[in-house]
Amino acid sequence: MSKQPKPPKPDELAKSIEYKTPETQWMETPVKFKPGMWCYGSRPKYLEEVGMPNPREWSPADDDWKLPENWKEIVLDGMKDRLGKYRTFKLFMDICVRCGACADKCHFYIGSGDPKNMPVLRAELMRSVYRKYFTTGGKLFGKTAGARELTEDVIKEWWYYYYQCTECRRCSVFCPYGIDTAEITIMGRELTNLLGLQTDWIGGPVANCYHKGNHLGLEPHTIQSNIEMMCDDIEEITGIRIEPTFNRKGAEILFVTPSGDLFGLPGIYTCMGYLMLFHELGLDYTWSTYASEGGNFGFFTSNEMAKRLHYKIYAEAKRLGVKWILGGECGHMWRLVHQYLNTWWGPPDFLEVPKSPITGTVFENAKSTKMVHVTEFTADLIKHGKIKLDPSRNDHLKITFHDSCNTSRGMGIFEEPRYIIKHVARHFYEMPENTIREKTFCCGSGSGLNAGENMELRMRGGFPRANAVRYVHEKYGVNMLANICAIDRAALPTLMQYWVPEVDVCGVHELVGNALVMTGEKKRTMDLRLEPLPGMEDEEEEE
Amino acid sequence: MGIREQLKENREKILSRWFESILKTYPAETVRFLKKTKDQFHNPVGQTIKEGIEGILFELTGEGEIEKITPFLDRIIRIRAIQDFTPSEAVAFIFQLKGIIREEIDLDRIGSEELLGLDKKIDELALKTFDIYMGCREKLYELKATELRNWTYKLLERANLLKEFEENFKSK
Ligand code: SF4
Ligand code: SF4
Repeated sequence: MSKQPKPPKPDELAKSIEYKTPETQWMETPVKFKPGMWCYGSRPKYLEEVGMPNPREWSPADDDWKLPENWKEIVLDGMKDRLGKYRTFKLFMDICVRCGACADKCHFYIGSGDPKNMPVLRAELMRSVYRKYFTTGGKLFGKTAGARELTEDVIKEWWYYYYQCTECRRCSVFCPYGIDTAEITIMGRELTNLLGLQTDWIGGPVANCYHKGNHLGLEPHTIQSNIEMMCDDIEEITGIRIEPTFNRKGAEILFVTPSGDLFGLPGIYTCMGYLMLFHELGLDYTWSTYASEGGNFGFFTSNEMAKRLHYKIYAEAKRLGVKWILGGECGHMWRLVHQYLNTWWGPPDFLEVPKSPITGTVFENAKSTKMVHVTEFTADLIKHGKIKLDPSRNDHLKITFHDSCNTSRGMGIFEEPRYIIKHVARHFYEMPENTIREKTFCCGSGSGLNAGENMELRMRGGFPRANAVRYVHEKYGVNMLANICAIDRAALPTLMQYWVPEVDVCGVHELVGNALVMTGEKKRTMDLRLEPLPGMEDEEEEE
Repeated sequence: MGIREQLKENREKILSRWFESILKTYPAETVRFLKKTKDQFHNPVGQTIKEGIEGILFELTGEGEIEKITPFLDRIIRIRAIQDFTPSEAVAFIFQLKGIIREEIDLDRIGSEELLGLDKKIDELALKTFDIYMGCREKLYELKATELRNWTYKLLERANLLKEFEENFKSK
């Protein structure tokens, strides 16, 4: 034995590991910024363009964040103001009993094991400051009462961890008091934004949206030509030429979808599905090149910014004189419509209660917002037998459905997308019960975290979701992950490529477009991705 | 009794010690969760590690074919490659197995050849582990670099907008 080269001593490597448990309590352990975990700081022009404070070049990796001189006063005043304005904030600061029910429910905690990703601790980061400055106990007893001083390190810690929360609300489902840590994160972001601590990935879309109506800053002619290019593809697939209208006054319906559907993959296939469906129905609707964004990164910035950007949808509806608004497959647009709109302005009085011109169904649920989700609209069509479908065209797909946090927990859409999928395809499999519907696991990239530089964070946060996808992939051969959110369509393909590369991603209306039998169409040989349909692999493309 | 039999006989003890030693690389507050939560969807990290090391040890007590062990290694490393670990921290667990085995089996009852054979096997696994780790990191870099392009490719490229868009978004 002695002649052999000595293998590394057992446990040798392991000994060099510095175990992660900090010696100090969490309150005194300053945060370490790890690569792959944070987004770049916003470049100054984005802040300037929308009048946000303290525009300057800065990087979260720097020691000096170039905060305004009176930063502490700004934050404490900001807290005071919000504690007065938002009852939930005050309540959530006060009532947590630290029972721990939420602690292991966050996908970031599950994927990272970092205790500060436990929702209760994430909230405690702010609660400790609240106690110090806004409660008598905290003022008197300090640390023993769970209170701590607001320092620059605390601001950095807030920033680090409030951008490791996707505001998905999964934790709130498990809290006996209904404490919604997402709202605390929202406050954390509002307060740090008072100091100019926006991320570039959120700041850019906000500025673009403010000036041009959508996150990418696509201009009207680009939007129009993108949609026309999709119509070219549809013509190639079906032989039918679709001529959608833009900014048309007097249309019955305004259609608004996230701009990801206008240029991103696989979003454009979803968009082609909408175009085909509306054409087949002969729907009197119009696109808008101004209200060209359903998404709203203002929501990840501040309440005021969300309101400011959201209004364009209704302003455009008013300008065009439509009767009601139909909304595409989007996530947070719906959370805003459903939960914020009425507090912002009250129900719009210039629109009518949405009524499907095809089935006559009145969407009572949209009585106050006047905006119908496209899956509600389509499910209603199917229910009334108003469209002809050939689900065999989706036979090559084994589909599962990812409930987006915003449409599920934010407004309770569970059945409609499933109902549609089951009618347009024949192989549908649910993921395990504790990973879907109101308990759905976030994609890990929501709330403006779908940048590139924080990829490790996204892969961690998305792991519980990917793990459930892998399960149905292995058990049933699932190869398609359907969803109704544009962030999902942008972020899930990346998540899948890392964890379950055999699974692809699509929107529900892509499946609809494939199955939809259109009047006068030619024999379909290709799906919306211009790939051969099952059994049509040998068919020559007709010219 | 040969080494394989001893490994089989002491399987539970070896596994539980191995599992514990991997868990120790996570923050103290988290160890309990990783250990106690049995639902594989609620606790995918803990359960994947647990199933992974079970699979590795099972294969080691059999033919020890690397191809059969690789998927188990892959699952564990794919997770650790994106968590808060340095490369050596991420892969150290495979080396720990040697020490644990030495402490748990009766060394007097096996020939040195046998032990050497096992060590060699574990060294082979360690090399594989590095490869997998590197593969995961490369995948991450690739995803970082190509995501935006893959996402926006088709239409923006056709409209000659890709460049402008990337400059706008990624000039950092
Ligand atoms: S579940 Fe609710 S009350 Fe319990 S620790 Fe979490 S936030 Fe606090
Ligand atoms: S809202 Fe979602 S991401 Fe944020 S703490 Fe709760 S579970 Fe985690």
